[in-house]
Amino acid sequence: MVSNEVGYNSKVEGEVIVTRADAVVNWIRKHSVWPMPMGLACCAIELMASAASRYDISRFGMEVMRFSPRQSDCMIVAGTVTYKMAEVVRRIYDQMGDPKWVVAMGACASTGGMYRSYAVMQGVDNVVPVDVYVSGCPPRPEALLDAMMKLQDKIGKEPAVRNLSKTPETASLS
Amino acid sequence: MIDEDFVRSLLSGREYLTVLHQKDCLTLACEPGSLVELCTHLRDEETFDLLVDVTAIDHGNDADVRFSVVLHLYSLIHKNYLRVHVDCSDNNTPVVPSVSSVFPAANWHERETFDMFGIQFSDHPNLKRILMWDDYPYYPLRKEFPLAGIDVPLPAADVSEVTGADVEPAPMMGGPFVSAGGGRMSETEPRAKDESWTEDMEKPI
Repeated sequence: MVSNEVGYNSKVEGEVIVTRADAVVNWIRKHSVWPMPMGLACCAIELMASAASRYDISRFGMEVMRFSPRQSDCMIVAGTVTYKMAEVVRRIYDQMGDPKWVVAMGACASTGGMYRSYAVMQGVDNVVPVDVYVSGCPPRPEALLDAMMKLQDKIGKEPAVRNLSKTPETASLS
Repeated sequence: MIDEDFVRSLLSGREYLTVLHQKDCLTLACEPGSLVELCTHLRDEETFDLLVDVTAIDHGNDADVRFSVVLHLYSLIHKNYLRVHVDCSDNNTPVVPSVSSVFPAANWHERETFDMFGIQFSDHPNLKRILMWDDYPYYPLRKEFPLAGIDVPLPAADVSEVTGADVEPAPMMGGPFVSAGGGRMSETEPRAKDESWTEDMEKPI
């Protein structure tokens, strides 16, 4: 049988939803964020609490914390970034595959916090581009969950394909 | 028991030791050359077998003896502490013998003291920085070092090249931040001592 139909045949194809590619790709991305737990100080304890049953970050599809940058796409910098550690943070960020996002969790990661000191970097945004900052010392798990929902909103509004072509130059801070 | 007899027997035949009268625990000043011998004796004969801490004091640029190394020992038998002060004879390149051959715990403590004060521990098996990175050019706990830090390059040149970041003095905003002490906690939270200036607004003369 030769079909002359050009359009859509509901008997063959079943139900179909028409949408934009951006919306679909972003919808998939924002509900399967794989965090890279960059736990550097006490904020990491709250990060663990967020992942545990009481606060349950898996409600947002983010419970799969991976300790390998190759398998994760959202770095949660939880804690004090010393100048000695800043290099490591940047290298791990570089090893993560695109698209990728960074959350600065807590006062230290955002601004250096109470450490006005020769040894502490005054904000991790000096070495990696930060998408969401979380206040608090340390932030409560609710604050981190709120930040992750903000990140989901942000992911939802991004042009989905542009991220793939991020080069180190465009990802840098200058 | 740590009493006068103990001190007298410890001092007899050891001209390199003197007693410094401090209120909290027995404190001995020791010549650098005899430190290892003293520590071996204290560990083996006097049961001071636990090295609690090794640190140093910077008495300031003008002091005759600028650096002294301080060791805290604890005896589980006497249940008491003993402190040993060692003055460094040379103010520019302070050197003290390492006691890591007697107390293995001293290894990292001495590395930290070297890192922060620049005191060389002779015969140390691995004397390199432990907290700051290897190329860091200053000794941060010396008196002349500012709390905010000094502008130096990041330890990783390639990261610095991509991000433009380097080690900068921290903004102090009239600080350091200290508590006034005493009174209600809400009124004595740590604050900058002089809030009349910030990094943007020059300090009034």
